[in-house]
Amino acid sequence: MDALEILFSATLWAAAIRIASPLIFATLGELISERAGVLNLGIEGIMTVGAFAGWYTVYQGGDLWLGVVVAALAGAAFGLLHAVLVVPLGLSQHVTGIGITLFAASLTYYTYRLAFPEVTSPPKIEAFAPWPIPILSDIPFLGEALFRQTPLTYLAFIAAGLVGWFLYRTPAGLAVRTAGENPAAVEAQGIDVTKVRIAAVVAGSALMGIGGAFLTLSAFNSFYFEMVNGRGWIAIALVVFGSWRPGKALLGALLFAAFDAYQLRLQQLTGSFVPYQVFLMLPYALSILALILMSRRAAYPRALMIPYRKGER
Amino acid sequence: MRLEPREQPSLLITLLYPALAILATLVFAGILVSFSGANPFSVFFLVFKGAAGSQFAFLETLTRATPLIFTGLAAAVAFRAKLWNIGGEAQLYMGAVATIVFGTGLLPWPSPILVPILLVVSALAGALTLLGPAFLKVRFGVDEVVTTLLLNFIVILFVSLLLEGPLKDPMGLGWPQTKKVIAEAQLPKLIQGKRLHFGFILALAAAIIVWIVNTRMALGYEMKAVGFSPRAARFAGMKVDRIMLKTALLSGGLAGLAGLSEVAGLKGNLTLDLSPGFGYAGIVVAMLALLHPLGVVAAAIFVAGIFVGADAMSRSAQVPSYIAQVMVATALLAMVTALMFTRYRLRWK
Repeated sequence: MDALEILFSATLWAAAIRIASPLIFATLGELISERAGVLNLGIEGIMTVGAFAGWYTVYQGGDLWLGVVVAALAGAAFGLLHAVLVVPLGLSQHVTGIGITLFAASLTYYTYRLAFPEVTSPPKIEAFAPWPIPILSDIPFLGEALFRQTPLTYLAFIAAGLVGWFLYRTPAGLAVRTAGENPAAVEAQGIDVTKVRIAAVVAGSALMGIGGAFLTLSAFNSFYFEMVNGRGWIAIALVVFGSWRPGKALLGALLFAAFDAYQLRLQQLTGSFVPYQVFLMLPYALSILALILMSRRAAYPRALMIPYRKGER
Repeated sequence: MRLEPREQPSLLITLLYPALAILATLVFAGILVSFSGANPFSVFFLVFKGAAGSQFAFLETLTRATPLIFTGLAAAVAFRAKLWNIGGEAQLYMGAVATIVFGTGLLPWPSPILVPILLVVSALAGALTLLGPAFLKVRFGVDEVVTTLLLNFIVILFVSLLLEGPLKDPMGLGWPQTKKVIAEAQLPKLIQGKRLHFGFILALAAAIIVWIVNTRMALGYEMKAVGFSPRAARFAGMKVDRIMLKTALLSGGLAGLAGLSEVAGLKGNLTLDLSPGFGYAGIVVAMLALLHPLGVVAAAIFVAGIFVGADAMSRSAQVPSYIAQVMVATALLAMVTALMFTRYRLRWK
């Protein structure tokens, strides 16, 4: 198979969509939070918590969907901590976010070691199986690429639609967007900016938790240390790349994942001619490149990272 | 509920709240420890004993504090100018790479010449690593938090590439590690037969130099002004972008020295596990020190003590050593909260 043939194989696109799924959840989560004016650098740690909480629930005999719910709740809990510290208390969103990531990840690892003091190979669970969608999955090419995925992948796409609908078609979504642009205008409507922002961070963190859980419940079937591996930071870059719009962010995640899936296959093709580390660097380098390309057009929510204090200008 | 600035925070409050933050950290860690079935008080005693209970333990803590002083200073310098350098890890590794490139025989010179050269090249390597993100920030407005974080991943892969390729030790039995630095490149031990090395003295010197820069030099004042308000600094005629880049060079250079100190002072060679997160821990050290360079030394010893003590404790008690990371992260969150309350008071109405 040569480099071009790979590009037109259905397995590549099926893999791309699979790789995109956790990024879609995480990017949507960060996007909601930033649209409300709050940068959430806790994302990497919150995904780690979600990955573990979801996996551990299933390992303890819980249903896979219960695992997803627990992951969302665990993510939301750490999101709430971040929100309380940076919204009403107005702490630095940078420092607090990094602190939340360190806190959430270390707490997860501590809990993991407490639960499994001696294991050398990580225990496994029965992960989500693919759900081929009747009829649609029989379409040549498209069926294999799109409609033989695991349920969480379908949920990721549904979530993107829902977030878009929520932000642009509901009054609550308008309040969230305005809280990130012009919080005083929200206050003038008689809506509490603090509550809107906290709710956005908590909801976004729940999505990040599900994004982490995708790794343990769908992509793999066990929990590893460092398994989130920078996906949270990549999601932050994707939010910028997607100009803070759910649709564009979804496309960005897909583009990114397609590139990632492609380089994995190219890696096998080139053999040992190019060191494998170069390929592994590409996703991170690509994220930086995306940030540079979008920087000129970046339309940051105007009140991003600016704490709101009633009556202060 | 709202926050009201305190007119003049009293000395009592300035000291009380940070103390409460440390207490809260201990209480939280104690609760976590009790989940493991162990007695928190005996565990804390073991941590303390492992960190400072003997001459050996305390020297080990100082040895571990050495890279943390460098990365802590790196974060403190950058954060003071509101340059969010989260890439200490990458800069440390690039400093280590430079030390290996020039310290394993390329320059066969005596120690008094070679060591200063290694200081310069490792600092330069770290500085240039941060210069990229800083340039992207001032030129294109790209958020340096994300770029420095992403660079950490890229650099560690780059180091892995070097360890399996150009810098691989041919005598290393296939392990991904470099050759050891030559004897002339090694930093001397401070006490015969102990692990504490000259890097610790260099770290103390670096702290004093940063303190002098901060308090006595124009650059220190400019960095503070830029951190306080870039607009006001620009209005006052300062070249904000250039000050930002200078800050980046200083901060990255300090983190690069951590790499030199670990390789030439302690490990001898470079492996992928050179730093167990010293770059990230440096952020905590800087915050605990309120970004004060001399405070960084104390905070680094405190954080190193938790790590060294927890390692020793987990060998005898059945408590995972990850408790150290949890304590350090909790201390960070508790401390930034406490500091806010020294400046504001909460009003319920």
